[in-house]
Amino acid sequence: MAEALQPHLPTLLWAIPLLPLLAATAVAFLPDARGRIASKLAIGALGVSCVLALLATACTLTPGVDKPFRLTTSATWFTFGESALKVGVLLDPMSAAMIAMVTFVALWIFIYSTGYMADEKRFGRFFGFLSLFCGAMLMVVLANSLLLLFIAWELVGLASYLLIGFYFEKPSAAAAAQKAFITTRVGDMAFFLGMIWLYRQTGTLLFYDGGNGLLESAALASLAGTTTLGGLTVSAAAALLLLVGAMGKSGQVPLHTWLPDAMEGPTPVSALIHAATMVAAGVFMVARVHPIFANGDGVTTALTATAWIGGITALYAACVAVAQYDFKRILAYSTVSQLGFMMVALGTGGVGAAMFHLIAHAFFKALLFLSAGSVIHGCHGEQDIRKMGGLSKPLRRTFLAYSIGMMALAGFPFLFSGFWSKEAILHSAEIWPGGKGPFALAVAAALLTAFYMTRQALLVFFGKPRRPGVEHPHESPGVILVPLYVLAAGAVLLSLIATPFWPWFEKWIDGEAARFHGGAFGEHGAIGLLILSLALVTVGVGAGWAVYRRVSDDSGAPDPLSGKLGPLWRLLENAMGFDALYQKAIIGPLAMLASLIDAIERGILVPVMAAGETVLKAFGRLTGASDERGLNAGFDGACSGLKRRAAGASGAQTGRIQSYLRTIGLGVAVLLVLYLWL
Amino acid sequence: MLLTLILAPLAGAALLAAWRGAGDRAAGRFAAWWSLIPIVLVALLGFRGANPGGAMAAWSLDWIPDAGIALTFVVDGTSWLFLLLTSLVTTFVLAISLQKGLTSRSYAALILVMETMLLGVFTARHFIPFFLCWEMTLIPAYLLIRLWGGPNAPRAARRFFIVTLGGGVCMLLGFLALQIGVGTMDFGQLAEMASKGDLTKTLATAFAGTALTGPTLLLFVAIAVLLGLAVKIPIVPFHAWLPDAYAEAPTPITILLTGLLSKMGVYGLLRVFLPIFPETFAVLAPWLAALAVATVLLGALAALAQKDLKRILAYSSVNHLGYCVLAAAAVVASQGDRESASSAISGAFLQAFNHGIIASAMFFGIAILESRSGGRRGLDDFGGLRARVPVLCGLMGLAIFASLGLPGLSGFIGEFLVFNGTFGLLPWAAAVSVLGLLFTAVFLLRLIRKVFHGPLGEGLSTWPDLSTAERWLFAPVIALIVIPGLWPQVLLRFLNADTLRLLDFLKP
Repeated sequence: MAEALQPHLPTLLWAIPLLPLLAATAVAFLPDARGRIASKLAIGALGVSCVLALLATACTLTPGVDKPFRLTTSATWFTFGESALKVGVLLDPMSAAMIAMVTFVALWIFIYSTGYMADEKRFGRFFGFLSLFCGAMLMVVLANSLLLLFIAWELVGLASYLLIGFYFEKPSAAAAAQKAFITTRVGDMAFFLGMIWLYRQTGTLLFYDGGNGLLESAALASLAGTTTLGGLTVSAAAALLLLVGAMGKSGQVPLHTWLPDAMEGPTPVSALIHAATMVAAGVFMVARVHPIFANGDGVTTALTATAWIGGITALYAACVAVAQYDFKRILAYSTVSQLGFMMVALGTGGVGAAMFHLIAHAFFKALLFLSAGSVIHGCHGEQDIRKMGGLSKPLRRTFLAYSIGMMALAGFPFLFSGFWSKEAILHSAEIWPGGKGPFALAVAAALLTAFYMTRQALLVFFGKPRRPGVEHPHESPGVILVPLYVLAAGAVLLSLIATPFWPWFEKWIDGEAARFHGGAFGEHGAIGLLILSLALVTVGVGAGWAVYRRVSDDSGAPDPLSGKLGPLWRLLENAMGFDALYQKAIIGPLAMLASLIDAIERGILVPVMAAGETVLKAFGRLTGASDERGLNAGFDGACSGLKRRAAGASGAQTGRIQSYLRTIGLGVAVLLVLYLWL
Repeated sequence: MLLTLILAPLAGAALLAAWRGAGDRAAGRFAAWWSLIPIVLVALLGFRGANPGGAMAAWSLDWIPDAGIALTFVVDGTSWLFLLLTSLVTTFVLAISLQKGLTSRSYAALILVMETMLLGVFTARHFIPFFLCWEMTLIPAYLLIRLWGGPNAPRAARRFFIVTLGGGVCMLLGFLALQIGVGTMDFGQLAEMASKGDLTKTLATAFAGTALTGPTLLLFVAIAVLLGLAVKIPIVPFHAWLPDAYAEAPTPITILLTGLLSKMGVYGLLRVFLPIFPETFAVLAPWLAALAVATVLLGALAALAQKDLKRILAYSSVNHLGYCVLAAAAVVASQGDRESASSAISGAFLQAFNHGIIASAMFFGIAILESRSGGRRGLDDFGGLRARVPVLCGLMGLAIFASLGLPGLSGFIGEFLVFNGTFGLLPWAAAVSVLGLLFTAVFLLRLIRKVFHGPLGEGLSTWPDLSTAERWLFAPVIALIVIPGLWPQVLLRFLNADTLRLLDFLKP
């Protein structure tokens, strides 16, 4: 069947992102009252996209060949001067894995949303924005051109802005939306410059173009062969700019501050956009242009930067997650931290490991967010974990789903995808010749991950209910629970395809055939790493259990750690003060600069202009040029007369035009006089 | 056909002048319908010009043969784009004036007079008709601001008039010097002389008495001409007249000022100044590039400090036209590779066109806010309107996102081409100007947040959403934002041949 599809594959690939985009366009024209139709349109379009995406993915499963499956198209979008700008789509294992994951996870989140958002008055709008997001996201992953990727990248940013600000009446949501767009735009501008630089250097923005593409040897050689400021190659400089773009989108320190605030959006949005897919776009982009990052001898500057930024982000966000109380904010920092892991993998050369963690994370993090939504839904909107407790009984099914997600994230051994994907990342970081720093950071972050997830699980689901309001929570309906089960199954089953015994996924991404490798642990260091992974999760969970096992029944009681850590705890609570720092160091000074410029405009430029005017008048009088005076007197006289008549209702219509024509005539006369005089 | 096109609006104005008993609305309706004639003619030209490489239409008359003064008008692809913009925006302005009850016989007639002059500027190939039309746009603009504007309109209008007239006089002096020195003011002839290097020689001979060298003389002439253009676009620091004029003018007239009058400057810079003064331009270009970067950044930062919606958008216009100047300056300053240069020039023209359309949409949105609120337009006068008037918010939001360069909408393509070209030629100028794109997002998103988001402001709960008429007025402008954003070739195909020809004026 895969063979039969091949000839139609390009058309089919374009249809995958276009269907949701068309659905979004159609929904834009539907009135709010037609929300149900909007949701059906959105789900229908995405469902078809999902089937097409799975078919396309099936086409890339061609075992036994040595190079990766790769189908590319290109067509001229527009021309300027003599040059043509081309765009196209690209199907390879990497984009195949992404489209399959995005359409599948999104479909279940759409279904979940029909239940979760059922009482919303802008129900239809919500699905329109979600469709816009999915279409744009699918375009990001299918693009065969950095420009097309950038375009779609900006559109997912728009969708994210619209969805974070979905409750735009709330000032905090409106502010969070703006913050998200602007913070990511800081990165996007770097991306924009990096893209243009690559275009100017190589003359193409297509990734693969039969040997002439950006990621193919000729272009790469040109990029590596040209040196620019600071002794960097153009390749390294442009890669660093693209990295800043990826940091904005994927919430890497120091451009991460928008992501926790983005939790102002409805929970399905947090699950789909700010956990599973969009925030991973930065990771995907770096994976896509990895040949540019790795273009050079040995460990390149761009890769080193990626590894370190990833490592720092992973540890930073894991620390902050320990000291948060909001259910969704903990998960948000956890997302930041996990994206850091993916960056570590990319920086240390483990593209396959990064992609696998991306896919696995999409499943279990979406699952965790949807479970969080189910809990919040059940607790009538309560999000503070201090006020929860003892929910494992009344919300038994949600708890079941949550625990699978939690164990996958924390890295419980063997059965869960998160364990294997994190292990692959640690492996990649450990054998990296560029140093052990990122590895150490990732190890510490992995330990904390197990700790803060244990803390969350214990505070939410164990102990006694700590708040009267949440005493009678209700379990969610089937439309919310079924997506949880599906994602939970995914989080477990994915572990089958990427173990060291049978590393099918990574081999697929690299375009190699996977063989069962029973002796994988016999290899040098592998067994040590496995033991380390086991130790990390044991110590993390054990410590969490020890600290939070007997938590106070009082919802106002301080966190057991806050007394022990003192000021450090408060620092972590405030996420190490990035927001305050930006307010003081960037936003404040910028506003001051703007006021200063405004003051200069009003205080200097306008008076200078006024003075010039006076001089001109005086000059006119001095030279006795009666036309100057005539100009002013004539104009002002004629004008005020007109103004009077204009004010005096309809009776004063006649004769007005003559006055104008007189005035125009006067103006022409003045010009002619100027001519002669000059 | 070209003459008919140029004179059609003037004929409409004459008919209005003759139609004594016309009521305000009848006159406004007549003018709005009449202004469709130029659109149809421009469209016909566009369809006919299947080969947009050469002249699509031309008309010439030897007016004063002794002085070599001819009324020459030619339309090529680039001119055509500006004619299209002029005819579309004029009709839009007349239609929204009618809808907002602003119009009257004289008001509509003045707008039509202005349209003829604009069509003349964008097609003239000799300085005399060019300059006559250029200056004659001023008088209707002055009167429209002065008579229908806000409380401080008289002062704003006077300053607008005097400053731009001053710029015009400089330009006139420059060209008079050329007429005296080399005996012609025909753009084509001057450009040809310039490309052969005759211009400096002839000028030096003619002004031998001044003991100045040819290049120095030409530099003076070029600076004089450039001043006239700089005031019009405007380039920092010649923009001081602009915020008051834009804010005090009635909003439809603001659309004319920003959508069309500012484009005369961009057009003149690339189509008149560049071919005639390529070498002098090369001397001035680094300075001009610096001013362009300043225009981009100061425009965006000043917008950040404004509290009046119209002043915000006025500075936003300064910022957006700064990219056009940046592209032009970069092309001449570096004389770099042809692909970058053609990207920059295409981008500048496209940006000018797109800005005209996008600014029209945004100012129309403000006109609606003003008419609903009884004239208020402060940044803090509204709030939460999205809940009350979602369609207005959606359409204006689309225009705003186009303005901040969201891909998929028209604004992005122009900015991409400008930056792509500028980066290849003057990388530092491009890198610094990118901050302008960032600040633009800041003040535009803040506008959305303050006006449309948050809790509903006081006294806004009875607002009706867009009427059918308002929706129909928005529709074509929105289409002109979306279609060229997805399919830029629809506009670029008219530019490409001219762009290459323009580059030939620059020495390799």
